[in-house]
Amino acid sequence: MSSLLAFAAPLLLAAEDGAPKEFSDGGVLAEWAWLIPVVPMVAAFAIVFIGKRSPWKGWGLATGSMAFVMIYGAILFISNLNKGITYEGSVAIGEIGTDPYGHTLGLEWGWMVDGLSIMMYLVVGLVGFLVFTYAKGYMEGDIRYTWFFASFALFGGGMLVLVSAPNLIQLIVGWELVGVSSYLLIGHYWEEHENSSAAIKAFLVNKVADVGLFIGAIIISLSVGSFRFTDIMAVIAEGDSQSALARFSFWAGVAIFIGAMGKSAQFPLHVWLPDAMAGPTPVSALMHAATMVTAGVYLIGRLFPFYNTEFFADDTRYIIIIIGTLTLFLTGLLALVANDIKKVLAYSTLSQLGYMVTAMGAGAYTAGLFHLFTHAFFKSLLFLGAGSVIHAVHSNNMSDMGGLRKYMPQTFWTFLIGSLALAGIVPLAGFWSKDEILASIQYAGQNYTTAQGGAELANFVLVVAILGAFVTAFYMTRAVSLTFFGEYKGHGHPHESPKIMTYPLIALAGFSVVAGWINIPGVIKWFTEALEARFLAPGDHHPEAINFGLAAIGTVAAVAGIAIGYFIWFADRETQKERDKFRIPVLYPLLEHKYYIDDFYMDGIVRPLRGPVARAVDWFNGHIIDLVINGTGWLAVRIARVTYWVDQRGVDGVFNASAAATGGTGGLVRLLQTGRIQQYVFLIVAGTVVLVAGFIIF
Amino acid sequence: MIINQFLILGAALFSIGVYGVLARRNAVLVLLSVELMLAAVNINLVAFDRYLQDSIAGGQIFALFVITVAAAEVGIGLAIVLLIFRNRKSANVDELDLMKL
Repeated sequence: MSSLLAFAAPLLLAAEDGAPKEFSDGGVLAEWAWLIPVVPMVAAFAIVFIGKRSPWKGWGLATGSMAFVMIYGAILFISNLNKGITYEGSVAIGEIGTDPYGHTLGLEWGWMVDGLSIMMYLVVGLVGFLVFTYAKGYMEGDIRYTWFFASFALFGGGMLVLVSAPNLIQLIVGWELVGVSSYLLIGHYWEEHENSSAAIKAFLVNKVADVGLFIGAIIISLSVGSFRFTDIMAVIAEGDSQSALARFSFWAGVAIFIGAMGKSAQFPLHVWLPDAMAGPTPVSALMHAATMVTAGVYLIGRLFPFYNTEFFADDTRYIIIIIGTLTLFLTGLLALVANDIKKVLAYSTLSQLGYMVTAMGAGAYTAGLFHLFTHAFFKSLLFLGAGSVIHAVHSNNMSDMGGLRKYMPQTFWTFLIGSLALAGIVPLAGFWSKDEILASIQYAGQNYTTAQGGAELANFVLVVAILGAFVTAFYMTRAVSLTFFGEYKGHGHPHESPKIMTYPLIALAGFSVVAGWINIPGVIKWFTEALEARFLAPGDHHPEAINFGLAAIGTVAAVAGIAIGYFIWFADRETQKERDKFRIPVLYPLLEHKYYIDDFYMDGIVRPLRGPVARAVDWFNGHIIDLVINGTGWLAVRIARVTYWVDQRGVDGVFNASAAATGGTGGLVRLLQTGRIQQYVFLIVAGTVVLVAGFIIF
Repeated sequence: MIINQFLILGAALFSIGVYGVLARRNAVLVLLSVELMLAAVNINLVAFDRYLQDSIAGGQIFALFVITVAAAEVGIGLAIVLLIFRNRKSANVDELDLMKL
């Protein structure tokens, strides 16, 4: 730890009024925050080795580590509310060469403790703890129970490595840890081909996007001369339009955003997320709320000044806002036709991620992350509720559900709260965050009067976002209706889930109600202030007062969605039958085939490439590789022949010759050995005579 | 003193002994021939002793030793021959080729 470097805060900070704002360095709390990513990682490896012998077969270790993160995160969050914390600790590991300007690129492991990362610690820890608790009930009796919790702890730990990263390299390490553990978890039931394909699909789509992240990270770090976010932010704070970073920033911004599009499942790369429902439901809950899909939004948040400062990647925001808007609307519509309850929620997550990305693109840092924060609670609640239903019905399909309101009251009420929060009904969490996003987009429309038509774009986006709020309420009404109302259409007798599953639901329902109250414009600004604590102030806009007009429009959209949904899907009072016969001629087939995007990837990219690639590989295999192998074989035979000859003739020859010589000599000497004493004596005498004669003569 | 006649006698006796050892087939006669050779050696010892006027008469003492040892040797030799004859009903040395492996 000799090269432990700690940076206290006082650089580069400016509050909105221009006066420098003082932050604390967090003291011992921040210094020991490295435990936050380390504890779950250690727990994950401990479960692999001693899981089956540890209490509750590994569940205890995993949940304990999450409880630790939750408590640590909560303490940090509260201290951060008191006085903003900005701290960065790092340990030098090595160097990986120098950049073209002569800076040494250091390899470091570190931990970032500032408003953004503390918020993520709290979300991951809190949601993680509740989901892990729930998973004990859900995964009971699973064949790979212990292994599941090892991967699950790795999932949480990987996300915390990502979130705590103070440099791009560690962020990429965490990014890939999340990717690989999501692969393990989505393919948890790998016995079925479909599930392992879904895992591979998620992994590959993310890998495609990761190329963007790598390229962006390389461009940024080479032009800054450091992997550290603080160094990158320092260059941005200088605001020099001639700096290397500024010159390459557009492409770096696009490349980084492509990486974020993969993890946060933005429009053309969203295809992996619905298929990722193949994993166990707690995995979906964690993945959608806290650990995986938030990574892309977090990344944009971490580099927010880069995207929001003139001369840097501010042009990229048009791309971000367009992609976000497309995602929020198009994937929301898909949720209307899905039959699998988890897929409805997955498309809903996509849509909400679209909101977050749109907010980021509109320059609304706080609004986007606030939506991430509230969404984490109600989306994990909805997934856990869906898991509870699936646990009872043993089917994912809403056509096998219905009428569960009577059998599973706790699940029903908590699911309803989650749905209303998602739809954005006052005063639940979703309302506040969605309203803040709408207000931020409106502000962007009024103030971005740049030449590229920013104002028109922002106004268009605002309309789409309001429509998206309507669609959200619409499909959640459908899901609630088909699942909990009408007649039960499945088999067997559904029953309420055990307490270990319903208590987390109740806790999350509580958070889904209150989570929005920490950031009421003009009244409570805790969340805004908490997020402001960072090395370079985001410099975003956040509304100073409730915009009653927009709030009313948003609420009307949501209520209209619920009302229309009620008339279309709700149980007919007399026949107790719901009417899932909502078919619009052109739109319905389009939605049912998911805009043909999967088909396009398969038929447009994979299949046309597969034939020629396969043929090329076959040719290469048949001609080049086989040639090499045959040549090697031929050469080996030749060498073996020579060796054989040397062995047989040379080495064996020496041995055989010496043996033959010995044998021959023996044979000759043997002739003397007649056993007849008189012959021996004769030889003795003859020998003596010869000797004596020799002495006499010579 | 002229030693030649003694040496010629010793040589003659020794040669006869050698001939007997090599040519005779009967083990007893082989032993007898060995005794002849020893006797030839004794004659030589005594003759040289006298010829050289040895003051402590070492040659004669050696001769006495040789006679003693020869007696012992004949005793053992005859015992072996007797046992061989008892076992094989023959004392022919040509048939005693057990030393050949």
